[in-house]
Amino acid sequence: MSRISLVAGRIALSLPTIFGVIVISFLLTRALPGDPAAYFAGPTATPESIAEIRHSLGLDRSLPVQFLAYLQDLATGDLGRSISTGQSVLSDLLTRLPASLELTFLALLISLLVAIPAGILAATRPDGIVDQATRFLVTAGVSLPTFFTGLLLLFIFYFKLGWAPSPLGRLDILYLPPPQLTGFYLVDSLLAGDFETFRAALAQLALPAITLALFTMAPIARMTRAAMIAALGSEYIRTARAAGLSRRKVLFVYALRNALLPVVTTLGMVFSFALGANVLVEKVFAWPGIGSYAVDALISSDYAAVQGFVLTMALLFVTLNLLIDILYTLLDPRIAHES
Amino acid sequence: MRVDPTTGEAVPLPAAPQGTQGRWKDAAGERLRLFVYVARGSTTTMLAMAMATLFVLVAILGPAILPFDPLASNPQAALQPPSADHWFGTDNLGRDVFSRVLAATRLDLGIAFGAVALSFVFGSLIGALSGYFGGWVDAVFGRLIDVIMAFPLFVLAMGIVAAAGNTVENIVYATAIINLPFYARIVRSEIAIRREAGFVQAARLSGNGDLRIIAVHLFPNVLPPLMVQLSLNLGWAMLNAAGLSFIGLGVRPPTPEWGIMVAEGSNFIISGEWWLALFPGATLMLAVFTFNLLGDGLRDLVDPRQRT
Amino acid sequence: MDRRTFFKAAAAGGLAAANLPFLRNIAHAQGRQQAVIVTGGSINSLDIHRTGTNRPSYQVAVNVYDRLVSFGVDQREDGSYTFDYSKVVPELAESWESAEDGKSITFRLRPDATFWDGTKVTAEDVRWSFERALALGGFPKSQMGAGGFVDPAQFVAVDEATFRVDLKEPSKLSLPDLGVPVAIVINSKLALENATDADPWASDYLHRTPAGGGAFKVERWDPGQQIVYARNENWTCGPVPAMERVIVREVPSLATRRALIERGDVTLSFDIPNKDAKDLKNSASVKVVGSPIANCIHTLCPNLTFEPFKDKRVRQALAWALPYQQLFDQAAYGLGVPLWGGDSTTPQDISWPQPFPYKTDLDKARALLAETDYAKGFDVPLSFSLDFADWGEPAAALIQDSLRQIGINVTLEKIPGANWRTIALVEKRLPLLLENFGGWLDTPDYYFYFAYLKGNLFNASNYDNPEMQKLVDATLPMPVDAPDYAPNVRRMIAIAIDDLSRIPLWQPTLNSAMAENLDGYEFWFHRQIDARPLKFKA
Repeated sequence: MSRISLVAGRIALSLPTIFGVIVISFLLTRALPGDPAAYFAGPTATPESIAEIRHSLGLDRSLPVQFLAYLQDLATGDLGRSISTGQSVLSDLLTRLPASLELTFLALLISLLVAIPAGILAATRPDGIVDQATRFLVTAGVSLPTFFTGLLLLFIFYFKLGWAPSPLGRLDILYLPPPQLTGFYLVDSLLAGDFETFRAALAQLALPAITLALFTMAPIARMTRAAMIAALGSEYIRTARAAGLSRRKVLFVYALRNALLPVVTTLGMVFSFALGANVLVEKVFAWPGIGSYAVDALISSDYAAVQGFVLTMALLFVTLNLLIDILYTLLDPRIAHES
Repeated sequence: MRVDPTTGEAVPLPAAPQGTQGRWKDAAGERLRLFVYVARGSTTTMLAMAMATLFVLVAILGPAILPFDPLASNPQAALQPPSADHWFGTDNLGRDVFSRVLAATRLDLGIAFGAVALSFVFGSLIGALSGYFGGWVDAVFGRLIDVIMAFPLFVLAMGIVAAAGNTVENIVYATAIINLPFYARIVRSEIAIRREAGFVQAARLSGNGDLRIIAVHLFPNVLPPLMVQLSLNLGWAMLNAAGLSFIGLGVRPPTPEWGIMVAEGSNFIISGEWWLALFPGATLMLAVFTFNLLGDGLRDLVDPRQRT
Repeated sequence: MDRRTFFKAAAAGGLAAANLPFLRNIAHAQGRQQAVIVTGGSINSLDIHRTGTNRPSYQVAVNVYDRLVSFGVDQREDGSYTFDYSKVVPELAESWESAEDGKSITFRLRPDATFWDGTKVTAEDVRWSFERALALGGFPKSQMGAGGFVDPAQFVAVDEATFRVDLKEPSKLSLPDLGVPVAIVINSKLALENATDADPWASDYLHRTPAGGGAFKVERWDPGQQIVYARNENWTCGPVPAMERVIVREVPSLATRRALIERGDVTLSFDIPNKDAKDLKNSASVKVVGSPIANCIHTLCPNLTFEPFKDKRVRQALAWALPYQQLFDQAAYGLGVPLWGGDSTTPQDISWPQPFPYKTDLDKARALLAETDYAKGFDVPLSFSLDFADWGEPAAALIQDSLRQIGINVTLEKIPGANWRTIALVEKRLPLLLENFGGWLDTPDYYFYFAYLKGNLFNASNYDNPEMQKLVDATLPMPVDAPDYAPNVRRMIAIAIDDLSRIPLWQPTLNSAMAENLDGYEFWFHRQIDARPLKFKA
């Protein structure tokens, strides 16, 4: 099988998944108890005014009809209108997605910077002190409930010590967001050459990103360790050692390079998970991302918003895994041989 | 190398296929000996085993060992800091936090064990059928699993609990559903690589039915990696339930549960009553930590190659 | 293009640039008339008439639009300010008079009143705005209906500066109902320019772009994050606000809001939990203002369609078994007005809310219960909304604890806000629940209308009493100085005390914490922040 048809096959496989996601998210949101019409009819609602609102929201139609209408809207790129923010779901998600992604990316970066060296160190002396300590610490990190960690960090670094800025979203009140190019404040402010805004945005990001990073270090460190151990035990490393290459060179050039591929695979998964886990982190830090958006939407039975969020997340996950798969297909020499 | 997405941790590749039932039993004995050996060698694993035993004991003894009634309020003793009487202090209704933390152990472990057991059973079933029969069975279940995995799992759990109502059973079901794919995938791949193996064909020739082959000849080979998954999942299931409580979709008050206690206590941290959130939070962390460490120890046992 | 904000420029002007990091401390930054307010709620529309506009959004109507009339402001004993329902004062209307037969009210608009775009406010704008409130249906329509406004033909633009409302029958609620947040006056010309055939009332436009002439303009709205108000320098319907700019940030976490105000990073934390209010009262840097919420009661409602509660004696047994003082201390943290331990089953006056003559007496409760079919007790779920869990949760736990002692076995149900309204208020299918209705218009009969009449939204108990119905129907339009008014209200209260479809626990307060140097904070019946009177002490 050629690589192109492998890739095409992989893409085709994800289509039923996406359809399944649409169906399930539609059914799930319809099963939410509570009646948005009654909720939004306000304090002096009458049965008639509730019926009026139900009609205007299209909730008085049958489920299949609602589903068809939803599919039709989706096809035209219309995700509907959120009843709790009053905006179109698409614009809500577009304004909020960069906030979540920026937080997740930074968290992953911190996590990588700590976890990969820790994993390498642990792999050089398996079961040594460093290995045990690393395992202990990263396992502790993944065992922390993120909302609890977040609160604790806030309490210590904002409330008690005053090192962190007030947890009021992405930028302190003193600053305006940089001109939007990527939607990532860190990147946009650098592109604009505005270091002060960069620093302010980074300060706001620090605590939530660390909270999330603590949670994601374990898998990366463990994976690095395992892949490094496997790499260090392989033939070519033994050959390289036998050839008299320096320990440093063997470790970082040969072993690490080979160990990175599985780490990248892990990273995709960890990324998806971090994106899901930051629902709670966003809630604690008043972070205007799509996670906190989803929680609010769920609690107010905001169908369109929940569907839009779930769909976006699912598409993001599917695309990401697809990319990693394709990357793997293209990079892994064995696949070409096997075919 | 595969990745367990619940914790993102590496799950070992399948151990070399075991031949027959008998050999598996031998292998099991060997593994047990190895486990004792490994456990002795690793202080952390020993520690984790001791702690896990302690948690399970507390969960079983439950009400019998509580110093106070975990539900009884006492207005005169509200919001007292930790003392000799109240080791973990009292909450805003004067309830003893220590008693509540102990009482919660049974519920939290119960939710985690229940959910993991359910996903173990159904995940294995789905995985075994897909792996053994392949074809359209595999295709249908495969897509179903893909669909579940395409959701942000915590959000899927939130959605299920929100839609079905926040009862303990629904939290268990929701947690079970989001864990199901991991078991299904492990079992499927383990069985798929063995379904044409010599010992399976031999069993088939001697007149064994498909289900019998799956249950008796194939499934035991999958157990070791599943056990690792199980232990790691227990911790994650607890975090999940706690997260649901934090956003108000968890266990109902005033039932003592670690997650809900942290969520309620978090409003008191800033005002200086830190013990309300700290103790249940620390206990939750300790429990999750214990099962994660145990899972780690088990992994070393199942796949000694990772230890080099 | 200078992207730095106005406030940063202002800050740099006021202080040396080297000191910039210290400017984080907004509340104490001198020389800038800017307030930063944090709230938990999230604004979902800038148009109060729009379908689906939630409660937190009402603040936009309050700050950005004008109404014909408003209410006076009183200073309470503790020095804080509160609205005065008995005094209707001019806002957009300069003066008004009722017809002799009481069947119409004629308003003279201020001659100098203009919208933000400079056009003059005319009677046609008022007429169009009121018609819009009726036409869009839902909450605005029913709130207008409470004042007797049900038909667009009742609104008449007599000439450019004269507006008249015609009434089917005179009602004491008509004039005050034009002072509630719903009765805003919109720039109809501007709105109509942005209306379409599909959207004749410009709902899409006004949803995001207010078109009014009020004290503040909306400078920026980031849904789910913040709204920024900028002062309207040309406001004529009252004194121009002292604050040049007011930033309202939405912070969902209670703990974070508390940290922000305690650290002095914000000027005002609006609507804080009682626990925080109690703790912060002794704080040196923060001032707490708590005002009893007019016409609002936290109640326990037994549902009369469920078997044990059909028997009046069971309901009374509940009332004798409640741990009132404990509830007040631990769920309300001692803030509010106690509503138990009254003297007599026949009310002496028409003050409302007033204490009911019940107190904690378990023996009496047991004795009452013993007379009924439920002498051995029964099982019942007690429900409350996640939205008011801060008092509902401890209150429910305490009630559970106490009722257990008379054999009533209570399980607790916490219900998410979206479902709450449907289950508790619309379908009314909860057997026992905590409820917190408060009436905007501050007369007892208005409360009884919503909470004691069959089919009305807040009658979650499914209470149905023909005498109560007749009394309320007769009393609702009646002026408060009518000879029958006081006797009727007293009778309503007496029935409520005896029938106990709602058991009052306490009258809650609305608490806000603010920087020591903030002045002018006023409590309003709509329970939203009115930023117009806020100012820093000199």
